[in-house]
Amino acid sequence: MDIDRKLEILADAAKYDASCASSGATRKDSRGSKGVGSTGGAGICHSYTPDGRCVSLLKVLMTNVCLYDCHYCINRRSSNVQRARFTPEEIVSLTLDFYKRNYIEGLFLSSGIIQSADHTMELVISVARQLREKHHFRGYIHLKTIPEASPELIAVAGRLADRISINIELPTQQGLDLLAPEKNLARTEAAMGHIREKIDENREARRTAVAAKPPPFATGQSTQMLVGADAATDASILLRANHLSGHYRLRRVYYSGFSPIPEPSVILPLKPPPLVREHRLYQADWLLRFYGFHVSELTTESGPNLDLHLDPKLAWALRNRGSFPIDLNKAPRESLLRIPGLGVRSVDRILSARRHTRLRLADLLQLRLPMKKVMPFIITADYTPARSGLDGDALPTVFMPPPQQLEFSFDGPSPTPEDHSASRSGEL
Amino acid sequence: MRTIVIEPTFEAWRGRARELLLEGVPPEQVLWSDEAEEPCLFGAETAPSSPRPPASAGPSLKVSSAFMDLARTTAAHTAASRWGALYRLLWRQTRGGEPHVLALATDPDVRQIQGWAGAVRRDIHKMHAFVRFRLADTDETTGREYFVAWFEPEYRIVPLATPFFKKRFASMDWSILTPHACAHWNGTHLHFTPGQPHNPIVKEDTLDPLWRTYFRSIFNPARLKVQAMQSEMPKKYWKNLPEASLIQEMIATSQSRMQEMLDTEARPARPAPRNAYLDSLRQRPAPES
Ligand code: SF4
Repeated sequence: MDIDRKLEILADAAKYDASCASSGATRKDSRGSKGVGSTGGAGICHSYTPDGRCVSLLKVLMTNVCLYDCHYCINRRSSNVQRARFTPEEIVSLTLDFYKRNYIEGLFLSSGIIQSADHTMELVISVARQLREKHHFRGYIHLKTIPEASPELIAVAGRLADRISINIELPTQQGLDLLAPEKNLARTEAAMGHIREKIDENREARRTAVAAKPPPFATGQSTQMLVGADAATDASILLRANHLSGHYRLRRVYYSGFSPIPEPSVILPLKPPPLVREHRLYQADWLLRFYGFHVSELTTESGPNLDLHLDPKLAWALRNRGSFPIDLNKAPRESLLRIPGLGVRSVDRILSARRHTRLRLADLLQLRLPMKKVMPFIITADYTPARSGLDGDALPTVFMPPPQQLEFSFDGPSPTPEDHSASRSGEL
Repeated sequence: MRTIVIEPTFEAWRGRARELLLEGVPPEQVLWSDEAEEPCLFGAETAPSSPRPPASAGPSLKVSSAFMDLARTTAAHTAASRWGALYRLLWRQTRGGEPHVLALATDPDVRQIQGWAGAVRRDIHKMHAFVRFRLADTDETTGREYFVAWFEPEYRIVPLATPFFKKRFASMDWSILTPHACAHWNGTHLHFTPGQPHNPIVKEDTLDPLWRTYFRSIFNPARLKVQAMQSEMPKKYWKNLPEASLIQEMIATSQSRMQEMLDTEARPARPAPRNAYLDSLRQRPAPES
């Protein structure tokens, strides 16, 4: 099989992994080296495909032959997809050739599981080792690891890669038992725990090193959860994500809406991908990580799923109108972060400006805030919303999209400034 | 009223601004404009040679390095009014007695300049992303490769954007050609030459077809989001991207490809093959979580 056909099969096989980040690596570059490459700072999206996704890394599978039978996956053993396998050398030259043409930031390598977890891990490692040691490659490497692989191999992967990840896939073991019978939540979490220890150890060793710094280790781990394949609610997805982020200090949790695949399984009927739901989960995830929200505030017992029409912060504000209006000239940062329509950057601008001036509505226009969304919830030096407006039944309807727009929202509800910067850095 | 004509570089502006500030000329009395002909883009060779007037006593004329960085970035913009706006902001921070003005994102001058700087930064970022190198030559004895790229930035960002490529591609030789200026790296020095009016590169790279295969295959037709793609990769960049020729076709066929998946008959689950590792998985006790 020629390389073009292999690339076609093994990129197609890898595309359901949403992760594309290439940021947050240790700063390194190619000056004084025989190789090419640099990392550090925000990653770069070198292209965008019409699905709106950032193309940052050469994302391929070593092979799409797989012993496992994950029903959402085109590579599972029950699928009739054509199989292919790269040699380590083929991936190495593709990575270097693509990199030198500035198509990519580096390599994202994963693999179907062949023979055993350790055997597969060794193959993946051999590619990274060649790139780093033989070709002095200083670009970004993200290695997908297998929870069942031995901790020693995972440690080697961590030393070669900028980021390692293990996909949690689904938030509950019941979901896995049904859709990914070989996978086990507890084993995955145990492996994440080992990785976190290694990352922490290395960070500490580098921080306290007096002379030569110990060799670098991946600076972060991430994971992916599939959305819409099983019956899991947003509450259970967010709880799991929050738990993982807290315990294993994940840099990112990717939410990947289950989308139709060629080779569907009888066990998992195909549906159109839940794009809005995926987007709301990302928004909620940001609120948990950067805005001081708790899962219990974003979903309720009677409503365990996020509202598809309203962004989660606005939905929270409408449920908690007693906390508003908030005075932009006085309220602490934590309270400002809770105002619908205010992102982290706007909040910081407000804090910095109000040290020197009393903010008025005209100032907010200069900040290009979404006024319609913000105004019911704030007080400025020259403005206080009518209490009746905030309490009235009409308020939520102000924010509901007119019915005919609902369909457009599948193209992605209007992104927040954070989404923009995130997608610029390749993070969303 | 004074008219100041400068070479459109940060260094030229800084030199004149410093003089005017020391002299105490308020911003409303200065009219700035770009030199029509650009004898040389790069200040180093023809730096303005007017002698520096002696520093005078009076209010502190020091500004933060954050402002100087902002000014350096803004200088690469092409808006005619940028020099005047920068000088006004400089004046306000020093003689104007508003040293904190940069903290006011609500101030129209600050807002305007940050807007320009933001556009320049975005242009630099897109240059880092969308430059495509083509292999032009390989040295027979050393094996060292020489790559060439053509890029059309919106602003005069070549000197700001190219140090990135120097760090990333130190071990290869390269040139990046643009209409404003060209940058060349030979392994030890980064140097600049005047811009070229047209793209002189005719041949595509031998790797471009493989790159297109990748681009086509990594796309998921079940999640079409054309708007999201275009806001990050506006059409103006497409003509220099080897993969962009595929986009129309990828969009056009996505619906039928998705339908095909939905129409495919579901495959039954196959039993696990005999495999020692799979057996061991079943016996492995789950760790405590
Ligand atoms: S382990 Fe599961 S998800 Fe991974 S390639 Fe195999 S079948 Fe697909």
